[in-house]
Amino acid sequence: MTVKSTARARKKAAPGVPDNLHAGKDAPAELIQLLTPEGERVENPDYPLVIEADELRSLYRDLVLVRRFDAEATALQRQGELGLWASLLGQEAAQVGSGRAMRENDYAFPTYREHGVAWCRGVDPLNLLGMFRGVNHGGWDPNEKNFHLYTIVIGSQTLHATGYAMGITKDSAEDAVIAYFGDGASSQGDVNEAFTFASVYNAPVVFFCQNNQWAISEPTTNQTKIPLYRRASGFGFPGVRVDGNDVLACLAVTRWALDRARNGGGPVLIEAFTYRMGAHTTSDDPTRYRAAEETESWRAKDPISRLKAHLEREGLADEDFFAAIDAESETLGLRVREGVRSMPDPDPTLIFDHVYAEPHALVTEERAEYVAYAESFEGGE
Amino acid sequence: MSKLTMSKAINEGLRHCLETDPKTLIMGEDVGKLGGVFRVTDGLQKDFGEDRVIDTPLAESGIVGTAIGLALRGYRPIVEIQFDGFVYPAFDQIVTQLAKMHARALGHVKMPITIRIPYAGGIGAVEHHSESHEAYFAHTAGLRVVTPSNPDDAYWMLRQSVESDDPVIFLEPKARYWDKAEISAAPALDLHTAKVVRSGTDLTLLAYGPMVKVCLEVAAAAEEDGRHLEVVDLRSLSPVDFDTLEASVKRTGRAVVVHEAPVFMGMGAELAARLTERCFYHLEAPVLRVGGYHAPYPPSRVEEQYLPDLDRVLDAVDRALAY
Repeated sequence: MTVKSTARARKKAAPGVPDNLHAGKDAPAELIQLLTPEGERVENPDYPLVIEADELRSLYRDLVLVRRFDAEATALQRQGELGLWASLLGQEAAQVGSGRAMRENDYAFPTYREHGVAWCRGVDPLNLLGMFRGVNHGGWDPNEKNFHLYTIVIGSQTLHATGYAMGITKDSAEDAVIAYFGDGASSQGDVNEAFTFASVYNAPVVFFCQNNQWAISEPTTNQTKIPLYRRASGFGFPGVRVDGNDVLACLAVTRWALDRARNGGGPVLIEAFTYRMGAHTTSDDPTRYRAAEETESWRAKDPISRLKAHLEREGLADEDFFAAIDAESETLGLRVREGVRSMPDPDPTLIFDHVYAEPHALVTEERAEYVAYAESFEGGE
Repeated sequence: MSKLTMSKAINEGLRHCLETDPKTLIMGEDVGKLGGVFRVTDGLQKDFGEDRVIDTPLAESGIVGTAIGLALRGYRPIVEIQFDGFVYPAFDQIVTQLAKMHARALGHVKMPITIRIPYAGGIGAVEHHSESHEAYFAHTAGLRVVTPSNPDDAYWMLRQSVESDDPVIFLEPKARYWDKAEISAAPALDLHTAKVVRSGTDLTLLAYGPMVKVCLEVAAAAEEDGRHLEVVDLRSLSPVDFDTLEASVKRTGRAVVVHEAPVFMGMGAELAARLTERCFYHLEAPVLRVGGYHAPYPPSRVEEQYLPDLDRVLDAVDRALAY
């Protein structure tokens, strides 16, 4: 009797939340989608998108080239040229859609998997490979393309993004920031603190969570009892769940969120519902924790084939176009391959470079000790 | 400048930074209307506004993490952590993010962030309000760590820290907040130079922050027994000015390091090791250490037994002189 009434009370406390609405398996009804897996355009009055054929083709080009780059990097790891690679396979639409929604002065704070966003920001793909080859820890100038260094400790960068956005407000500028993170990072204290700061200071930051269903081996159900986008309401800003394999929906929703932030509307949480088709990294073995059928079911929602289907069905691209993109991706693959293979190891004194911006006596001393030690071998007995 | 308490001296230093550099910001818990729990930021929000002196949510990692973002945007944040024991939630942002950012970016971005932390004990506080965690920060490459022992140094070192393009952990000995002294018209030393605060010939006492005062009292007491102790105020814990320390210890032949932090793996261990290397043939005795025990900082009713005091330091001096 007691048990029954408790159950009833619990159901009452969560109106409108069907029991099957777990974050893990199936895309729920509130998913924003503008392009079906079959390549059919659907309208959503809240996120209208007028898009010309050349922009559609250019999105397709980005998706294909980013996937090609990613595949090349995976191959380079297998060949021993990279120590590790974190593949974005399956998440191209989430990254290209959101990345293309940004304006030049907007700023992106990535995790270590945002190769597609980097591409959209104009970062040379070879820059991304330095840390995976082990020649630096990032090393590019974040302010050159407004694309911050990759951040490996998950969630930390959401606070940097929020602080940067607070600075935009102080500068009375009309820029906005995207903080990328994943379903796993959503459990981190830093992400929740970032939500709090962003909300309280009405910071122009868009939290873009790629829910790729897996945090290495842990499913999203290990991170949350409710769909992740709903977390936003507790912090006082809107949350939207978008089909992360739909580049048009990602573009439209992110553009809306960035414009809203730019115009003083404050933060938005976008949950891009997608799937990590590959392993967490090249060191991971997903066969230990997830079923092949699950991965296969997501293959049918592939972000590239659906845009291709759309282009074909609407007669917006011909065979020559697809052939040209294929040729371009081969050129990119070759450039990346050669670029990585010819990437030199740094001089060991790099260890001491840039530890501090200004001279530090201990580093100066240890550097001199190292140099003297290394030189003792040259011309020695 | 007239005589100021250390807390007022830091307040004046902060005021100067806010006045002269529009990119400086103060961020922390209760730093605005209240003026900080020790009143170090008293009146600053009133004079510089809520945009410059920011009462943050109560989340230390968030404070440091957003300060990093503001620094990336070109700001120069001065962060207050309310008490020593509250810094650990921000430890990841400080050690993993802040300290490494300049190196990871190969120098493309700078992190001119000063993190002020009232630290150390002796004020009868509840737990987590009396800790000395300088070794954690000094151990981390990329951070500078300094601690003034008197109001004059507090004023000038704060200004120098804020002007630095590197992250600086600025440790304020809270037991000395109410000590008064004259503030010089110009800084006598740069941020990372140690200072011989009392000359002597028989033994060098090495101290910093709250223990400098104790060591000066020890030297005065020893003088009555005809022992001439030199006292060196380290001022900077990363980097350490080993040249000044070495010169002193070579003169006296003996050294005792005094700090509140636990002795094991504390600053004293590093100082003893380095001074032994540098001064081996000049040493008449091993470098001895006086400090806290390998125990959580104790309840305040027994903190006097935990903290190095005149008698414990004198005891170590006796042992060093007995060699």
